[in-house]
Amino acid sequence: MEDFVVDGNALAGALQQRMGRDVTGERGTCGHCGRASVIAELAVYPKAPSPVARCPHCGDVVMVVTEIRGTVTVNLDQFAM
Amino acid sequence: MARTALPGRLTWQVTRVVEVTRETSSAKTILLDAPEWAGHRAGQHVDVRLTAEDGYQAQRSYSIASAPEDDHLALTVEEIDDGEVSPYLTEELRAGDDLELRGPIGGWFVWEGTEVGPLLLFAGGSGVVPLRAMLRHRAATSNRTPARLVYSARSLDDVIYRDELERVAHGAEIRLALTRSWPEGWTGHRGRVDDALLDDVTWPPSEAPAIYICGPTGFVEAISREMVARGHDPGRVRTERFGPTTG
Repeated sequence: MEDFVVDGNALAGALQQRMGRDVTGERGTCGHCGRASVIAELAVYPKAPSPVARCPHCGDVVMVVTEIRGTVTVNLDQFAM
Repeated sequence: MARTALPGRLTWQVTRVVEVTRETSSAKTILLDAPEWAGHRAGQHVDVRLTAEDGYQAQRSYSIASAPEDDHLALTVEEIDDGEVSPYLTEELRAGDDLELRGPIGGWFVWEGTEVGPLLLFAGGSGVVPLRAMLRHRAATSNRTPARLVYSARSLDDVIYRDELERVAHGAEIRLALTRSWPEGWTGHRGRVDDALLDDVTWPPSEAPAIYICGPTGFVEAISREMVARGHDPGRVRTERFGPTTG
């Protein structure tokens, strides 16, 4: 099956729930390749079970966002903001 | 379940569908009555949440199609193979139905009319939706910033807001690029957005255009790379991507 991909703009809602502000214009560094990106430019695979964001440079996973009944968890281990 | 609103957090709100209108064979515009809506900036999104009878929930992010000044909040949704949300919105939703959403969301892909420099917009397919909000906002506020929209679609029948763009145009210059088929005698651009078209529409970096590109990933990557290669400040080239992966 073909994947549907969007970008970090689509994570704005969940990230705002977690951080209390819009962070899509902020930069971070990929923990795999060390290159910097604006969150809005990450490649996001929005399908279940959880949206996953990948580095637009190396393609590795930098962020996993889980939202269950209003509680948002963001795994940012591989994205240094 | 009631929750206390925390500062900066969004709350889900129930809106009422006023009207659903067909734009193309696959896209519809949904006008909403949103009594709790606190306003938005052109280019922002909402998250739409659907809840099944068994409690299963699915949500997706959609661009807002209306200007902040418009009477109703509007979403334009293209049916895509995302499995869950867009087929319901385009096929099942009717006037009078409730729709749950939260927003406005996002601060990156936003044009407020206070930016210096002309407005240069590139749309691929349904990527025109947030750009239409910007054009409507520009017109509603009598902003005199020069504006151009380059809109790439497969055919004339696939052009969303075709009437509005052809007749009203919101005082902007509209350039349609039809990639697969065009009517006889078509005087607009034929084929993909290419160097010649970009030469024609792009203001020089010295005029510091604010550039917004929204569409399928390949379209966005190609044009944004080209804009940066032409000397435009990467910080003024704002992008929003969607679509099937190619590789």
